Amino acid sequence: MSGSPFAAPLRPLGARGYAICLSGIVWRELLRFVQQKERFLSALVRPLLWLFIFAAGFRSALGISIIPPYDTYVLYEVYVTPGLAVMIQLFNGMQSSLSMVYDREVGSMRVLLTSPFPRWWLLFSKLIAGVVVSLVQVYVFLAVAFLWGVEIPLYGYVLALPAFILSGFMLGAIGLVISSLVRQLENFASVMNFVIFPMFFASSALYPLWRVRDASEALYVACLINPFTHAVELARFALYGAFNPVACAVVAGTTLVFFALAVIAYDPGRGVMGLRGGPKGEAS
Amino acid sequence: MDETRPVPALQVAGVSHSFGRRKALDDVSLEVPQGRFVALLGPNGAGKTTLFSLVTRLYACRVGAVRIFGHDLSHAPSAALSELGVVFQNRTLDLDLTVRQNLAYHAALHGLAGRALTLRISELLALVGLAERGNDKVRTLSGGQARRVEIARALLHRPRLLLLDEATVGLDLASRRGIVALVRELVRETGLAVLWATHIFDEIEATDQVHVLHQGRIIAAGEAAALAAGSASLEAAFRALTEPDEDAAA
Repeated sequence: MSGSPFAAPLRPLGARGYAICLSGIVWRELLRFVQQKERFLSALVRPLLWLFIFAAGFRSALGISIIPPYDTYVLYEVYVTPGLAVMIQLFNGMQSSLSMVYDREVGSMRVLLTSPFPRWWLLFSKLIAGVVVSLVQVYVFLAVAFLWGVEIPLYGYVLALPAFILSGFMLGAIGLVISSLVRQLENFASVMNFVIFPMFFASSALYPLWRVRDASEALYVACLINPFTHAVELARFALYGAFNPVACAVVAGTTLVFFALAVIAYDPGRGVMGLRGGPKGEAS
Repeated sequence: MDETRPVPALQVAGVSHSFGRRKALDDVSLEVPQGRFVALLGPNGAGKTTLFSLVTRLYACRVGAVRIFGHDLSHAPSAALSELGVVFQNRTLDLDLTVRQNLAYHAALHGLAGRALTLRISELLALVGLAERGNDKVRTLSGGQARRVEIARALLHRPRLLLLDEATVGLDLASRRGIVALVRELVRETGLAVLWATHIFDEIEATDQVHVLHQGRIIAAGEAAALAAGSASLEAAFRALTEPDEDAAA
C-alpha cells in the first residue's frame, strides 16, 4: 500500500474532464441498454405492433389526403411511421425518468450527484445518454419499417437525425422534470396514464390534424399545444427533406424550458428533493 | 504535525434540516480531523442518512455549514466534492456490469480515464483484495465483496476524506470484521480521514472519537472510552443517554 497517492486529490475538471464525464455517462447507459435485452425488445415491439396491426386495420378506414410534406397519396403505414418513431423516444424519455426515480431509490443517483462537475452538466450528460439510446431504437425501428414497405427517401434518414436528436432531448428533459416530482417507482403507471398516453393520442402521430379538427375543435387546439405534435411533425418533414420551422421552434423552446426546470429541480438549494425526498425513517 | 492546527477534513457546523415539519437534524456540529477515524453512532432513524445527504450535497445545507478541507460545500462544491469519497448505505453498483466497468464509470464522473486509470483500478482492486475479480459481473460477488468494490470506487479519485454510511449493514460477521479492518488500515497507512456511521457498538474501538446522534441531535461526543466510563459498556452508556428521552416522549 503506498501513501503518496493519497497526498492530494486529482482535479481534472478541464474541458477534457467534462468530455470524459459525458462519455462515461453515455457509455454506461449504452452498456445497461445492451444488457437489458427485454427492454430493447419491448421498445421495438410496441411501435411494430402499431405498424403491423393497427395501421393495417386502419388503412382502409382512414384515407390520408395529400398534405405536406407528402406530395402524393400515402398509405396509412407511411403516415404513422414518423409518429411511431417519436413515440419510441417518448417511451424512452419517460423510461429514463423511471430509471432516475429508481436510481434515486437505490442510490446510484446519489453517486452521480457526488461528481464534482456542475449539476447541469451531469443532467445534460444524462439527457444525451438517453438520446443516444433512443436513436439506436428509432433507427432499428425505421429499418424494420423499411422492410415492411415503408420506404422513406434515403437522404431522409440522414436529414431526420438532427430532428430525432432534438425531439429525444425534449422528451428526455420532460421526463427529467417528471422524475424530480415523482417520488416512488410505482408512480410510473400514473406517468403512463397522465403523460405518455395523452401526449401520444392528442397529437398528429396517428391522424392528421385536419381530421382531428373535423371531429372536435377543442381536441384540435390540444393537439396544437402538445409539443409532441411538433416533435412528430419536425421528424415527418425532415424524413422527406423538408424543414418545418414552427415545429422546430416549438421543440427547441420546449427543450430549453424543461431543461431549465430540470436543472432547478435537481439544484440542491432550490430543488424539491431536499424538502420531499428524505431517507426512509428520517423523513415524514 | 506542526503547531498550527491543520484544517479539519470535515467540519459540520450548526447544521439543521427539516423535511416538511419533521426536523431530521437539529443543530448538529462535528469534526473529523485529517487522518483520523471518527465514528458517528446512532440508531436507525437518528438522522445519519440525512446528514450524509447534506455532506454529499444531495440536498443543500440551509441552516449551518459543511466544510471539506476548508472548502464550503455551498460556495465551492466542486473543490469540496473532489476531496470526498462516499460509500452509501444502499448498494449502488450496476449489478450487470463488471467490477472494472463500474469503477471506470465512476472515474469518468470525476473526469478520469486512460492508462493511468487502468493502473489505478488494478492498484485499488489489489488493495481491497479483489485483484482477480475485475472482469466479473458485480452480480456474482458476495455482499462483502461488493462493499469492497464500493470502497475501491470511493477512493478512485484519491479523496482525503471517506464517508461510510452503515457500510457493514447486511453482512455476515466475518465480512463485517474484514470491512472494518480494511478501513482502519487505510486510515493508518494512508492518512485517510474517515467518518464511519454505524449503529453497531462493537465496531467502535476505545480510542475512537465518537459522536452520538439521537433524534437528530448530537447528544454526546468524545473518546469512546471516556463516553463509556462509569457504565458497563459503550452500549450501556448509550442506553443511559437515550432512554430518559424516550421516557419523556412517552
